[in-house]
Amino acid sequence: MSKAKNIDTTESKPIAIPKTYTGISGFDQITGGGVPTGRPTLICGEAGCGKTLFSLEFIIRGAMEFNEPGVFIAFEEKTDELEMNVASLGFDLKKLQIDKKVRLDHIHIDRSEIEETGEYDLDGLFIRLGYAIDSIGAKRIVLDTLENLFLGLDNQAVVRAELRRLFAWLKNKGITAIITGEKGDGNYTRQGLEEYVSDCVILLDHRVINQISTRRLRVVKYRGTVHGTNEYPFLIDEDGISVLPVTSLKLEKEISSERVSSGIPSLDEMLGSKGFFKGSSILVSGTAGTGKTSISAFFADATCRRGERCIYFAFEESPKQIIRNMQSININLQKHVDNGLLQFSASRPTLHGLEMHLVVIYKMIKKFKPSVVILDPITNLVTVGSVSEVKSMLIRLIDFLQEEQVTVMFTALTLNSIINEQTDEGVSSLVDAWLLVRDIEFNGERNRGLYIMKSRGMKHSNQVREFVISNDGIDLVDVYLGKEGVLTGSARVAEVLKEHTSNALRNNALNRKDREINRKRQILEAQIANLKSEFESVEEELNKIYIEEELKNEVLEKTRKEVTELRRDKVHPQH
Amino acid sequence: MDQKQLPDGINAEQDKPVYVLRLFITGASPYSVRAVTNTKKMCEQYLNGHYELEIVDIYQQPLFAEREQIIAIPLLIRKFPLPERRLIGDMSDTQKLLKGLEITVR
Repeated sequence: MSKAKNIDTTESKPIAIPKTYTGISGFDQITGGGVPTGRPTLICGEAGCGKTLFSLEFIIRGAMEFNEPGVFIAFEEKTDELEMNVASLGFDLKKLQIDKKVRLDHIHIDRSEIEETGEYDLDGLFIRLGYAIDSIGAKRIVLDTLENLFLGLDNQAVVRAELRRLFAWLKNKGITAIITGEKGDGNYTRQGLEEYVSDCVILLDHRVINQISTRRLRVVKYRGTVHGTNEYPFLIDEDGISVLPVTSLKLEKEISSERVSSGIPSLDEMLGSKGFFKGSSILVSGTAGTGKTSISAFFADATCRRGERCIYFAFEESPKQIIRNMQSININLQKHVDNGLLQFSASRPTLHGLEMHLVVIYKMIKKFKPSVVILDPITNLVTVGSVSEVKSMLIRLIDFLQEEQVTVMFTALTLNSIINEQTDEGVSSLVDAWLLVRDIEFNGERNRGLYIMKSRGMKHSNQVREFVISNDGIDLVDVYLGKEGVLTGSARVAEVLKEHTSNALRNNALNRKDREINRKRQILEAQIANLKSEFESVEEELNKIYIEEELKNEVLEKTRKEVTELRRDKVHPQH
Repeated sequence: MDQKQLPDGINAEQDKPVYVLRLFITGASPYSVRAVTNTKKMCEQYLNGHYELEIVDIYQQPLFAEREQIIAIPLLIRKFPLPERRLIGDMSDTQKLLKGLEITVR
């Protein structure tokens, strides 16, 4: 039956304090198993810090989850009041009482009604407790608040002596007890109850800093065991108390090499064509109005389109506002909200303290089990805490998210005055990927440039891209690298146009040259033909002389022959 | 033992209030023994038969402890006349006892 657990699993150490689970989420983790079994534990704090609820939850959860019946002795509130108080948390105390799992007993002491006529003891209380415990076989008991005994009875010496006896008696019975006590000045309790229950003392605190209240819990003392010594914030909401053990010092998280799309194809392309790692943390920082929320909305949209869940924590805008604004860039987030894939949690940072925000985020994530979480923007959290507090909160948040394999996107506002190599929160060293959106002011207009400052473990583009938000969504355009440097916006368009024109002009010029060459060729060819015919006529002329000469020679030869013939004839007859 | 014949209510004959008292004790503890002795003595001395005293050992009847809101023991409750009066202690302080029970001594 008893779920008392020995936290020390190694057998070499035989003596370790057995512990009893309280069932209060987070508390058992801090204390390594709950409160000491069979011993009294003191819960102290100021009025309204949650002592009664804590102890009541110990009883109820013990009965419901660990099958350990419990007795709740109320000195302050009546049983029906208690029933009502926890009914709002969804606990049915009446039924538990009928099932003999829980027994409520209201002890009423009024000094004005009691006359003391001599010596007495508190055997009546012992008998009542003993009877209540035995009637349901209780393993747990709560005394809330024992101090009322001091107020109700005159003889403090008797009360003190009897309390000492009571604690010894409770220990003897082996029942795990929780005693609540109001915090006194400089002491944990007004009546010094802690000296009776010095094994385990838990301090609850309700602090208001800068008008923001935060509940905190601290294990002041826990004999014979290791326990978390920090102050842990806790939350009281419709599920009761949850303590958040938020300081994880180990870096032993499971990692994934799975990739998730950012929802912007051109951005994915910059990230090695695949997108972010699943379970990684992404920081989008930039000056005001650079489109950080739009990038987040795209990421949320892409997540929901894949059928995965997403929580959007908005610290600046209301969900309706975001949905409306994102419609202008062609994203319908309402659809995802209706499908139950997207959940908005919009609150002003000033609603809670920083730690409480963390608890709220933690609880929502545990409940909704999203694969992507967006915090927009983290910068606003500075209004409720100092920079170092925000940083430590974000470290713990990132730790937790990585453990849960949740991809997280933070947006952060950077101020123009700061050279934006550093975000205000100093989280840039913690995140896995950091996108920077910058204003590029040039030529009388403002344009957005996006680049990836870092992206651990993947190949990523080193290029500055122009980040264009239009009616159709977001696109990343290559910036124009001209001779005047990097150009964006209309200057980029103008430069592109200019290039087009000069191309056209050059083409035109080339064509003209071609035609001229053609013409020249034609002219030259004509000239060649002329020359050719001239040459032919000259050649003919020359040939004519040559023939005439030949003819002349022929004729001459002929005549000479004839003359010679004639001469011969003349000579012959004389002989 | 004529107080047994006078049930809770008014002694019609003498028109005097009848005190209905209940003393809660725990076994034979020293306080309890003393309380029983002292109460009985007081009743005999000052109430002169106009009383009804019931002694309850809550060890035997622990349910009474819850019903009667008992913490300190011994406890003497004046059930009648109303309003109810509660006295704790071993009843050794007779003056306080009488004052607490609002018994006027003549």
